[in-house]
Amino acid sequence: MSVAKPLPHDAAPLHVTGQARYIDDIPTPAGTLHLAFGLSERAHAKVTALDLAAVCAAPGVVAVIGPEDLDPMPDCSPSAHDEPLLAGAEVYYAGQPMFLVVAKSHLAARKAARMARVSYADLPAILTIDDAMAAGSRFEGGPVIWRNGDAEAAIAAAPHRLEGVIEIGGQEHFYLEGQAALALPQEGGDMVVHSSTQHPTEVQHKVAEALGLPMNAVRVEVRRMGGGFGGKESQGNALAVACAVAARATGRPCKMRYDRDDDMMITGKRHAFRISYRVGHDAEGRILGVDFVQMAQCGWSQDLSLPVCDRAMLHADNAYLIPDMRIESHRLRTNTQSATAFRGFGGPQGMLGIERVLDHVAHAVGREPLEVRRVNFYAETGGQPPDPRSISAKMKEQMTPYRMPVEDFILHRLTARLEESAEYRTRRAKVAEWNAGNPILKRGIALTPVKFGISFTLTWLNQAGALVHVYQDGSVHLNHGGTEMGQGLFQKVAQVAAKGFGIDVARVKITATDTGKVPNTSATAASSGSDLNGMAVKAACDTIRGRLAEFLAERHQMRPEDVVFAAGRAAVGGADYAFEEVIAMAYQARVSLSATGFYATPKVTWDRARGQGRPFYYFAYGAAVTEVVIDTLTGENRILRCDIVHDAGTSLNPAIDIGQIEGGYVQGAGWLTTEELVWDGAGRLRTHAPSTYKIPACSDRPRVFNVALWDGENREETIYRSKAVGEPPFMLAISAFLALSDAVAACGDGSIYPALDAPATPERVLAAIARVRDV
Amino acid sequence: MHMLETRFLLNGAPVSLTDVPPTRTLLDWLREDRALTGTKEGCNEGDCGACTVMVSDAAGSRALNACLLFVPQLHGKAVRTVEGLAAADGTLHPLQEAMIAHHGSQCGFCTPGVTMALACAQAQGRRDHDDVLAGNLCRCTGYAPIIRAAEAAASAPRPAWITADRKALSSPFILGEILPGGTGGAGSPPGFRPTNSDALADWYAAHPDATLIAGATDVGLWVTKQLRDPGPVAFLAGVEDLRHIETRGKVIGVGACVTIETLRRAMEDVHPSLAELLRRFASLQVREAATIGGNIANGSPIGDTPPALIALGATLHLRRGDDMRSLPLEDFFLDYGRQDRRPGEFVAAVTFPAEAPGLRCYKLSKRFDQDISAVCGGFNLTVADGRIAEARIAFGGMAGVPKRAAAVEAALTGQPWAEATLHAALPAFDEDFTPLSDMRASAGYRLRAAQNMLIRYWHDRAGASVDVLQVQP
Repeated sequence: MSVAKPLPHDAAPLHVTGQARYIDDIPTPAGTLHLAFGLSERAHAKVTALDLAAVCAAPGVVAVIGPEDLDPMPDCSPSAHDEPLLAGAEVYYAGQPMFLVVAKSHLAARKAARMARVSYADLPAILTIDDAMAAGSRFEGGPVIWRNGDAEAAIAAAPHRLEGVIEIGGQEHFYLEGQAALALPQEGGDMVVHSSTQHPTEVQHKVAEALGLPMNAVRVEVRRMGGGFGGKESQGNALAVACAVAARATGRPCKMRYDRDDDMMITGKRHAFRISYRVGHDAEGRILGVDFVQMAQCGWSQDLSLPVCDRAMLHADNAYLIPDMRIESHRLRTNTQSATAFRGFGGPQGMLGIERVLDHVAHAVGREPLEVRRVNFYAETGGQPPDPRSISAKMKEQMTPYRMPVEDFILHRLTARLEESAEYRTRRAKVAEWNAGNPILKRGIALTPVKFGISFTLTWLNQAGALVHVYQDGSVHLNHGGTEMGQGLFQKVAQVAAKGFGIDVARVKITATDTGKVPNTSATAASSGSDLNGMAVKAACDTIRGRLAEFLAERHQMRPEDVVFAAGRAAVGGADYAFEEVIAMAYQARVSLSATGFYATPKVTWDRARGQGRPFYYFAYGAAVTEVVIDTLTGENRILRCDIVHDAGTSLNPAIDIGQIEGGYVQGAGWLTTEELVWDGAGRLRTHAPSTYKIPACSDRPRVFNVALWDGENREETIYRSKAVGEPPFMLAISAFLALSDAVAACGDGSIYPALDAPATPERVLAAIARVRDV
Repeated sequence: MHMLETRFLLNGAPVSLTDVPPTRTLLDWLREDRALTGTKEGCNEGDCGACTVMVSDAAGSRALNACLLFVPQLHGKAVRTVEGLAAADGTLHPLQEAMIAHHGSQCGFCTPGVTMALACAQAQGRRDHDDVLAGNLCRCTGYAPIIRAAEAAASAPRPAWITADRKALSSPFILGEILPGGTGGAGSPPGFRPTNSDALADWYAAHPDATLIAGATDVGLWVTKQLRDPGPVAFLAGVEDLRHIETRGKVIGVGACVTIETLRRAMEDVHPSLAELLRRFASLQVREAATIGGNIANGSPIGDTPPALIALGATLHLRRGDDMRSLPLEDFFLDYGRQDRRPGEFVAAVTFPAEAPGLRCYKLSKRFDQDISAVCGGFNLTVADGRIAEARIAFGGMAGVPKRAAAVEAALTGQPWAEATLHAALPAFDEDFTPLSDMRASAGYRLRAAQNMLIRYWHDRAGASVDVLQVQP
C-alpha cells in the first residue's frame, strides 16, 4: 500500500544535489535574450514624457518595447482585463511596469531599465484604507453585505456589548525562487512557454490572447516552482506575456526573471485588512450577534480580490455557531501593488477577525478564553455521516452564516486532545506564576482552533484532469493538471497511482505539468491540489487497471473483480504475474495502456450574490497552543513552544502533511509578527528585499514544536478519505498572535484589552503594553 | 596592462581565470559561465543564503554567499558548490542523505544553500545550527525538519574530498607566484590584490579614487543592487598584517581585515556582551566575509560594531602612505555619509580596552537574527564607591552617525548608581537624539526603546532576567 506512507518528496534527491531545475536553470538555446521592466517611480501620475533613448543606446540592448509599440496592449489580469502589460498615459502604482528592455544579458537588461527619462505629473494617490474609504475608491459598486439573522437586533438585545477594531498587515510571499518565464518561439508562430506558475492554463490563455493565437498554438510547461504560496497564481502572467511578445518581436528565445527587489516592487501580496466589529454576548461569553466590517486593501487592479474578500467573509465564523451575523466587505482600490492570492486566500484575515472577537469577549467576561471558545463552538458532529435514525440527525441542522450545514465538526474532541497533550491548563497556571515573579519579561499562552473550507468558491474551478501512460516495460508515466511548488503534490499523486496499480511508487514518474498533456486546468490553489488531481489520476488508473483486469479475467475465465493487483503483481485464478509481465501481455493483446482521468468535486453549489449555498465540499480542522515571551521594555518577543493537532483526514503522506503544517505555522507566525510591509508617504514600498522585509529565520521557529495528525478520516469521499492540508495550518499561527496579546494583557491590571494589531512587531507590542498600562 | 589572474579549485578541479571582470560575482560566473545552476539566486544581496558555497583555505572552511563574492577574492581557495558535495562516485554527503530522509526540502530552492551551510558546519564540527542557518531563509518547511537533518548528520564522517581539497591548496598551481594586479578584460577596471599593508598603502595613495574591498558584503551590493561600477578595486583579504588580534597590556588591537566572525570568537571570553552582539551581526556567511574595518569605514549609522566600540572607548588607527594617525572612534563619524578619512587613507586597526565588565550591548530589530538594527546601544558605566564614575553610552540608528549620548552621560556621571538615577537621566535623551522614522521603526519608538535600554541596563547588571532569548520554554 503506497498511500499513507511517509515517503520523501520525489525530487528530494534532486534538490539536495542541485540537479532540480527551475526556470532559470533550464539550458537556453544560443541567442536567448533577457528581459527587464522599467518601473514607475510614482504611485499615481500622468506620464507626460517617456524618453527611452538612453535605454535603447545602453550596452547590450537589442530592443526596447514601450507602450506605443503594442497595439492592442496585452492584458495580464486573471479576472477583469484591467492589467495592461505596460502602463500607458497613466501609472497606478510605484513599481508598475512601463516599458520592456530586451538585452543580451540579465544584467544588461537591468542596467538599461534604469536609464529612462520619465516626466510625471502627479495625481492624487490613494495609498491607505482610510484614503480609499474616504474617497469611495473600490471595486464593485459598493460594499458586499451578507446577513444571517438580525445581527443589529441581537446585539441590541444582548446583555453585554463590545466593539473594537484590528489592523491586519499584508504579507509578501517571498517564494525563494523569484518570478520567471522563458518563451521559445516555434514554427508557424507557435510559442512554448516555461513559466514558474501555479496556473499554466492561465498563462497559456494570456499568452495566446497577447499573440492573437488560439490556445492550441501555445504550450505551457512547468516542472516545479521554488515556492508559490499563491504568489504565482496570477503574478507570473506578466513575465510570460512579456517573454512571448518579445520572442515574437525578435524571433529569439526570451527569458525574464525578476530581480528580488523588482519582484517585491511589482508583484501583489496578501491583502491588508482592517476589521471592525460590534458584538453582543452574554455573561458566559456566548456570542449572540456580530457585525463585522471588513476593509481590504486590494491595490490598483482587481486581480483575485473579489474571491479573496469572499473567503474572508466565509471564514468570519471560524469554528463558532453565531446565530446572527452581518458582514460588510469593502474591496478597496488603492495606488499600491495589486494584492493577490496568498495561502488562505482571505481566510486568515476573516478568521483572525473572529478569533480577535473571541479573545476580546473572554477578556470582557473574565473567563478562560478556551472555555469561551467552547461555549461558542459548533456542536460536535463527528467524522462519520450521522446515522439517519439517530436523534442528533433529527435535530435542526447547524448552519454557517452562509447556510452551509456543518456536518463534520470535530473540534471539541480535537481541542480536548490538544489541551491534554500540550498541558494547556498546567502551563497556563505556570505562565501566570512566572509572570508574577518577572517584572521585565512576561509570558503569554493561547489556544486557537481552525475550521477552513475546502473547495474553490468559484464552483466550476473544482475540476481536474490526468493522463496516465503505462509503457511496455511496466513503468508508469503520469501527468495531471496540478503544479508542484514544494507542497509534495507530485509525490502524493504518484503514491495514489502506485496504489492504483499495486506497484512500488518508484515505478511511477510524474513529469512537468504541461498544457499539451492535460488541458483546461485550474490553478493549483485553494489547497485543492491532491484532492482534485489525486482523484483524476485515480480515475485514469482505474480505467487502465480495469482493462488489465478484464484482459486477465478473460484469459483465466474469471471475473475482472477477481483480479488482484498488489505488491507489484497481479493474481488471478491461481496464476500470479509480475506487473511488467501483465503489461507486456496486454500490449501484445492490443489493450490500450493509456487513459485520461477526470474529476469534478461533488455537492458544491454557491450563490455568490446572496452569499448562500455550499461553497465547500468539507472543512479541514486543527488547533494550536502557542506560548510566547515578550520584553516589556522593548516589545521584543519570542515564540517559545507550539503544540498542534491537525486534521488531514487519512493522510496520503504523513511526512509531507506534517511538513505543510510546520511550514504553514511558521509562515503564519511570520505574517503576524516580523513581516511588516512599509510604504512611504509617496506610496513607494520601502521593504522590497530581505534586508528590510523579515520572514522567519531558523531561530524564530518554536523552540519546542510538537505536531500531531488527528486520526480520523474525511467523512466525504475524497481521495482515500484524506483532507487538503496546504492552507489550513497557516491559520494555526493565530495562536501565536493571541499568545502575544495574552502576554501584553499580563502587563496591566487586566482592565484594559490589549487590542494588539498585526504584525506584532516589537514596536506594536510596546504600544499595546503602553495601552494596557494606560500610560 | 596584463590581466588579473585568479587561480582556485572548483569542486576539486583547478581553474585559472584571466578574462573575468574583477566585480563579476561568483554566483553569476557559476551559473552563467559554468552552467553550475545548483547554486541559486534568491535575493542577490546576501540575505537569503540560497547561493551559499563552501570556500576553504589554510585557515579552514567557511560558508559564504556567492552573490557577494567577486571572482578575484577566490584566489588561492578551494570552492565547493552543491554539485561538488557528493563524492566523485556519487555517494551522497551525509547531510544530503539526512535532508532527504528527514524531509528537509519542499520546494527545494533554498536547499542547495542550506545543505552547503550545514555541510560546512559539519566539517567545522559546529552544532549551533540556529546560528549556522541564520542566513539561510526557507519559506516552506518552518526549519524544523532541516534542524532534524542537521542533527542527524552532525557526527557522520566527513567526506574525503575535504582533505583532498586542503592538500591541493598547497599545490604549485595554487601557490605559484602571480602578479598582484591587472585588468579583468576589455573595458573593465583594474584590480589589485596586495598581500601586505605597505603595498596597499602605496597603491591606494596612488589610486585614491579606488574602492577597497575586504569582504565585499557591502560593496557587493553596490554592484548587484545599485548596478554601480566601483572603478579600480583592491581586494584586501590577503593583507596578512591587517588580520591580527593581539592584546598588549590592557588594550586589544584588532586589524581592519579581521572578520566579524573571527572577532566574535575572540570576544567570547573578553567581552561576552559584544560577542553576543556579534552573533546577531548579519549571518554567519556575512560574518565570515565582513570585516571590522569595513563595518567602521563604511560609516553607516546602523553598523552594529561602532556603538559598542565607542562605548568601550575604542581608538581608530588610519594610514595613508606612510602616514599613520589615531583618533577616538566617535570622532571618525562626522556626519551622515561623511567620515574623517582623507583620500587614499584607509582604516588599519582599532584598539580598545581589554577589560570592561560594565559593557552591555543591546540590539533591537524586527527579527532577532540577520536583521539590521532599528536601535543598537552600547552601554559602559563604571561604578566606583556606589557612584557612576564614568559613563560611555553610544547608539546606532538614533542619528545620522553612530553617536555618543553626551547629555545622558553627563546626567549620569557622578550620580549614585541607583535605578532612580537612570530614570532621572531619561529626559536627556531628547537633547542627544532626534531619530528618524523609517521602515524599521518610528522615531518615537526609537527614542522610547533607547531610553528603555538604559532601564534594561540597570536590571541586567542587577542580574534580573531581561533577555527574551534566554527564556526557556
